Amino acid sequence: MTKVLMKGNEALGEAAIRANCRNYFAYPITPQTEIAEYMVRRLPEVGGHFVQAESELGAVNMVYGAAAVGERVFTSSSSPGVALMSEAISYLAGSQLPAVLINIVRGGPGLGGILPAQSDYFMATKAGGHGDFRLLVLAPAGVQEAADLVMDAFDLADKYRNPVMIIGDGMIGQMMEPVEFREYNTPEGIDRSYANTGAKDRPPTIVKSLFLDPQQLENNNLELLAKYRLMEQHEIRFEEYAVTDKMDVLVVSYGMMARICKTAIDELNQEGHRVGIVRPITLFPFPSSAIYKAAARARKVIAIEMSTGQMVEDVRLAVRGRRAVQFYGRTGGIVPTPAEIRQQLLKLIK
Amino acid sequence: MELAFKISTAMKDVPTHYCPGCTHGVVHRMVAEVLEELNIRERTVGVAPVGCAVLIYNYLNNDFMEAPHGRAPALATGAKRARPDLILYTYQGDGDLASIGFNEIFHAANRGEKITVIFINNGIYGMTGGQMAPTTLPEQVTTTSPDGRDVSQTGFPVAVSEALATQATPGFIVRCSVHDGLHQIQTKKLIRRAFQNQVDNRCFSLVEILSTCPTNWGLTPQQSLEHIRDNTLQHYKLGILKSPEEV
Repeated sequence: MTKVLMKGNEALGEAAIRANCRNYFAYPITPQTEIAEYMVRRLPEVGGHFVQAESELGAVNMVYGAAAVGERVFTSSSSPGVALMSEAISYLAGSQLPAVLINIVRGGPGLGGILPAQSDYFMATKAGGHGDFRLLVLAPAGVQEAADLVMDAFDLADKYRNPVMIIGDGMIGQMMEPVEFREYNTPEGIDRSYANTGAKDRPPTIVKSLFLDPQQLENNNLELLAKYRLMEQHEIRFEEYAVTDKMDVLVVSYGMMARICKTAIDELNQEGHRVGIVRPITLFPFPSSAIYKAAARARKVIAIEMSTGQMVEDVRLAVRGRRAVQFYGRTGGIVPTPAEIRQQLLKLIK
Repeated sequence: MELAFKISTAMKDVPTHYCPGCTHGVVHRMVAEVLEELNIRERTVGVAPVGCAVLIYNYLNNDFMEAPHGRAPALATGAKRARPDLILYTYQGDGDLASIGFNEIFHAANRGEKITVIFINNGIYGMTGGQMAPTTLPEQVTTTSPDGRDVSQTGFPVAVSEALATQATPGFIVRCSVHDGLHQIQTKKLIRRAFQNQVDNRCFSLVEILSTCPTNWGLTPQQSLEHIRDNTLQHYKLGILKSPEEV
């Protein structure tokens, strides 16, 4: 395998194809429309299927249909479009279907703006739709990691029969970086017995989330809960960087924001300060235990986000009052510079 | 003795939850018989709507997925594109298809998706207890039009099939009725053609079927059938609105 220079959005699409996904349905929205433009060229080369849907509702329900017949499928959108998809995302979770959803986040609320933001953390991790369910949420911090996580996302979706969301700020979609696609083989023995493939020599399969009997509905919700508990045991991913004993400050930050923080941290540590960072890669399940342990090794803790403060709530829960958790964020599409982060961290170090 | 009649193998031998005089049962049976006659049950996937017929999967003996309200044509699109070898049909009421799901049905038809749509039009929301639908007749009393549908405020009944038929994309779009035996025979033939089109990979097919809702119409089963004959047919003309042969 060789490295190629690719735009993040295109790398996301290419990674899906290499993960043997042959179905993609989408509706245009900035800043991720390049995925559709890439897929419409690329999918026919591999015998795949693309429909430009009439809306995000159409797109995500086409995903639902393809997932129900047991095929790998994904869609992509950006914040307002993902909000519109939340109805069907809930149905996917309720009827236990695997699918991959990509949200290249733009500033909100409302029509907001088209520049990078991390203001959909709540939507991705707490409120992907109505009802008692969770998405498995993966947050890459660059094009290479985005490509790797797309491949993992399909496997995780199949493993748990649950929708998996890749959440990246607009920068990841738009930036170009070298990327190397790893060799990929679809795991063997994926159970597709749930799928609608025609009732030949077997009773009909029914893909549904309607349970009028409250006991059956509770049972289904408990089944979902058991999967989320398994995810918490097996799927938590994070990166620790410069985490040492007696840190002046522990930063918790994810996605591109974490990369910017790292640049500031490098500078400060070269000057003799001790600053470390925990970067959650899975936003659900959240690396609470790692953050708790790292926080105990720092005088101060700060969450830094491109939002007015969303993940910080989970950081506070993780730290369990052991440290006061500070927050710094910019929003609306403003991306903080390393100098700006350095200044904030210096305030804490003093 | 020769067996003169038996239940279709595409139908489960269970009682339905439908009200007395409701025509869902009649149409379910027609669909089941067509699946059996065309020998496609084993590669057919149905898409259930939101509404009384959401439980269709308890009665028909083919694979089913359950759509969010109005989205069945999008599910069928995704499934059919991913697995063109399967036969996909949606079964939708008028609240589902003509109101919340108008965009999905319109664009599925206009893309010429090779799916079959069974559209049950009884002019009212049945499952939620008899509210006005876009298809409700002028002056018809419902729980949300207690003085009768006022067309100056709520418009005239939406004619979905006519709207779809005006588009250039080839398709098979028909309206029929099940209010008496003769019309039922015609309806069954049209349902069969709608599935045959898909077997032949020919075109999008939609069969609109004028149907009853005695409970929410406040009529007896017999009066409900007469209501279709005497009133509904004044607003909804039967016939083949679009046929692939024309194009």
